[in-house]
Amino acid sequence: MNKFLKIFIATLLILSFANKSSAEDVKDCFEGLNRATFAFNQGLDKAIIEPISKGYRKLPMPIRTGTSNILSNLSNLVTIPNNILQGDLKTAGINTARLSVNTTIGIFGIFDVAQQMGLVKNYNKEDYGQTLGKWGVGEGCYLILPILGPSTVRDSVGTLTSVLGGDPWYNVTVKNDTQYFKDSDYYVSKGTDGINFRSKNIEAFDNLEINSMDFYASVRSLYLQDRKQKILNSNKIIDTQDDSDWDDLQSN
Amino acid sequence: MLVKNSNFLFLLIFCLFITNLSHAIEPDVFVQSTVNRASQTLSKNISKEEKILELQDLAKDTVDIKGIGFYTLGKYRKEITSDQKKKYSVLFENYFLKSFSSRLAEYSNPKINVTSKEKKNDKYTIVSSILVSTKDRPEVKIDWRIYTKNPDKPLIRDLIIEGLSLARTQKEEFSSIIKSNDNDINALFQNLEKFINE
Repeated sequence: MNKFLKIFIATLLILSFANKSSAEDVKDCFEGLNRATFAFNQGLDKAIIEPISKGYRKLPMPIRTGTSNILSNLSNLVTIPNNILQGDLKTAGINTARLSVNTTIGIFGIFDVAQQMGLVKNYNKEDYGQTLGKWGVGEGCYLILPILGPSTVRDSVGTLTSVLGGDPWYNVTVKNDTQYFKDSDYYVSKGTDGINFRSKNIEAFDNLEINSMDFYASVRSLYLQDRKQKILNSNKIIDTQDDSDWDDLQSN
Repeated sequence: MLVKNSNFLFLLIFCLFITNLSHAIEPDVFVQSTVNRASQTLSKNISKEEKILELQDLAKDTVDIKGIGFYTLGKYRKEITSDQKKKYSVLFENYFLKSFSSRLAEYSNPKINVTSKEKKNDKYTIVSSILVSTKDRPEVKIDWRIYTKNPDKPLIRDLIIEGLSLARTQKEEFSSIIKSNDNDINALFQNLEKFINE
């Protein structure tokens, strides 16, 4: 299995970096396949994910906030090692304190006590894809993964790193047979995370779909911009914007 | 005589300076006033169609639709003929107004607070604002790219929502349509016409 994964990653990387394109172009080396997977994911979304998300949104606010807090607390398990890998030891320390306080006093993360104590002002999730980006690895070709959605070669390698031992939550639920957790705990948490995200963006997605002439291209653009923003970890949003394209334009 | 002339010149320059100051609109004030105007329209007890017409007038007055249109063409704006440019400008304006107003008309009364501004250069200032959260939606950060080449008439050129530029998204969407049709700009025109007439 590991051998297969290594070959898969190596192939993706080679394909990805072999396709050079201009700065203005998006590297969509697998566009045909991506569009097909995107259509499949959209079908899945319309049939299952969106209806569940709409139902989820009808739950009382305290339940949704508690669920969101638990998932955010769990995400620290991947964020903290990535803070360290990115050399951000201070944030790693703060997030470790956040995880400890919220898991204990906050009852398994239901309550974000750390935020109320002023321990963390803005919690930013980090993953292995972001760390690779921070280390200077290019995003490579754009990919749409079945069920999981938009990604890039670099981000897919990051996701694989999580399931190959980089995610302690995966390790104690799926990878290792502990007596405390079941495989389903991991999949339920990931599924709920997806539903939680989707429920917060129902109108935004619908609006984008209605007003897009090429919905696939719009989603691709938004995903790639979002990842760039997250890798830069910049509070100044304008840092990610390139002004050169605006320069020679005339006004009304 | 020379002293008299100097005084007159000074007075003239001073008046021009004062006039200039009195007409310049600060980008953050411009954004807040634009948002307030949109909010007033959206909270009016009128039909959705009437709201859309009012919002379209507001957009024509405050958004650099022509500039955004050419930005979204990317490299293709240098490759098309002047007739194609004229055709595109008309199509893009209609497309933009339809898309913009239908998106905004869905909101009942959005509350947006301007928080800060950052002057990038003489041509651009980025104004930061917050779309206040509701029970169904978290707080949203919105940055406005304001074109200030003419300080008396600032214009909106882009909205950057949580770091995601709408103009860039539009540009990449248009580029994708053109590319997937053998770089034929007419494919974009057809798509725009279809969207406008739907």
